[in-house]
Amino acid sequence: MSNLKVLINGIVNENPTFVLLLGMCPTLGTTSSAENGMGMGLATMFVLICSNVVISAIKNLVPDMVRIPIFVVVIASFVTILDMLMQAYVPDLYKTLGLFIPLIVVNCILLGRAEAFACKNSPVASFFDGLGIGLGFTIALTLLGAVRELLGTGKVFGLEIYPEQYGMLTFVLAPGAFIALGFLIAIVNRLRKA
Amino acid sequence: MEYVLIFITAIFVNNIVLSQFLGICPFLGVSKKVETAVGMGMAVTFVLVLATIVTFVVQKFVLDAFGLEYLQTIAFILVIAALVQMVEIILKKVSPALYQALGVFLPLITTNCCVLGVAILVIQKDFDLLTGIVYAFSTALGFALALIIFAGIREQLSLVKIPKGMQGMSIALVTAGLLAMAFMGFSGVDKGLSALFGLN
Repeated sequence: MSNLKVLINGIVNENPTFVLLLGMCPTLGTTSSAENGMGMGLATMFVLICSNVVISAIKNLVPDMVRIPIFVVVIASFVTILDMLMQAYVPDLYKTLGLFIPLIVVNCILLGRAEAFACKNSPVASFFDGLGIGLGFTIALTLLGAVRELLGTGKVFGLEIYPEQYGMLTFVLAPGAFIALGFLIAIVNRLRKA
Repeated sequence: MEYVLIFITAIFVNNIVLSQFLGICPFLGVSKKVETAVGMGMAVTFVLVLATIVTFVVQKFVLDAFGLEYLQTIAFILVIAALVQMVEIILKKVSPALYQALGVFLPLITTNCCVLGVAILVIQKDFDLLTGIVYAFSTALGFALALIIFAGIREQLSLVKIPKGMQGMSIALVTAGLLAMAFMGFSGVDKGLSALFGLN
C-alpha cells in the first residue's frame, strides 16, 4: 500500500515538471512532438529507476563525505548504458534526442531523488519512487509534446487533427516551448488549487 | 573571419539558452536580480572556457589515445566536477575579491548542463582547440547576455500586477518565450555573414 502511495506521490504531488520544476532543459528541448517527449521521458525513467535502486542498495557502504561524486558516477554509468542501447535499437529517436541523452547525467531530477529519497529508503521503495517520478516526468513531457505538436502542425502522435497549414510553426520552434510550458504550469496550478 | 562568424552565431543565432535549451535551470533560477545575473554569467564564462580546454585535452590524450571513447560522459562529468571544486579552492586563496563575487555560483555550475553540453558539442563538431575555445567563450557570452536581459525584464515584472494563476514560474516562462521569439529575428544572419566573408 505504501509503495502505491510513493508511486502516486511521484506522479501527482511531486510531479517533477509541473510542481518541482526540475529538469527543465530536456523538458523544453525534446518536446517538439509527443513521440519525442515520450521517448525522452521513458529514457529518463530507465536511468532514474536503475540509479535509485543501486544507490539505495549501496547507501550504507558509501561514506557521507563523498556520496555526491559516487551518486554521479552511478548515474553516469547508467546513462552510458542507455546511450549505447538507444544507439543500437532506436537509432532514429537517438538521433532526434541527440545531445540530450548524455545530458541526462546533469538532470537535477536524478541527483535530487538520489539525495532526497534513495539514500534514505529501501531498494523496493526506491524502485517505486523512480517509477512514480519517471512516470510523472514522462506524462508531463508527452503532454507538452502533444500540445506543441497539435498547435504547431495539427497532429498528435502523427495523427492529423486539423490541416497542417493552419498550424502555428512557432510552437514547434524554441519560443513555443517556453510559452506552452508557461501556460501548462498556470493551468496545473489552477487545477491543484481547485 | 571564421572566428568572428562562430562568435556571432553562438551569441545571437544559436543562443545556448533561447534556441538550444541548455542551461535553463540557472536561467530561470538566478534571474531575479541583474546583479546576481552578472555574477552568474561571469562565473559560467570562466568555468565553461576552462572546462572546454580540460575536457578537450582529456578526450584527445586519454580517451582517444586508449580507445575509451565510450567513457566520455562519465569522464567529462567527473572532470568538470573536480575542476569546479579546484577553481573554488584556488580562487579563495589567490583572489578573495573575485571569490566574493563568484563564490556562491560556483557549486551550482557543476550541474549546469551547458558546461557538459558545450564540452561534448566541441568534440562532436570536431573543432580544434582554438576554435573550441572561441566557441565556448562566445557560447558563454550568449548565456550571460540572455540571463542579464531576462533578469532585467523580471525586475520590471516584479513591479506589475500579474493574474494569480500566472504568478511565479508561469509568467517567467512566457516572458522567456517572447525573448526567444525576439532572438529568432537573428536567424539567417549566420548565412548572410558566411556569404559576406566568402566562407562557403
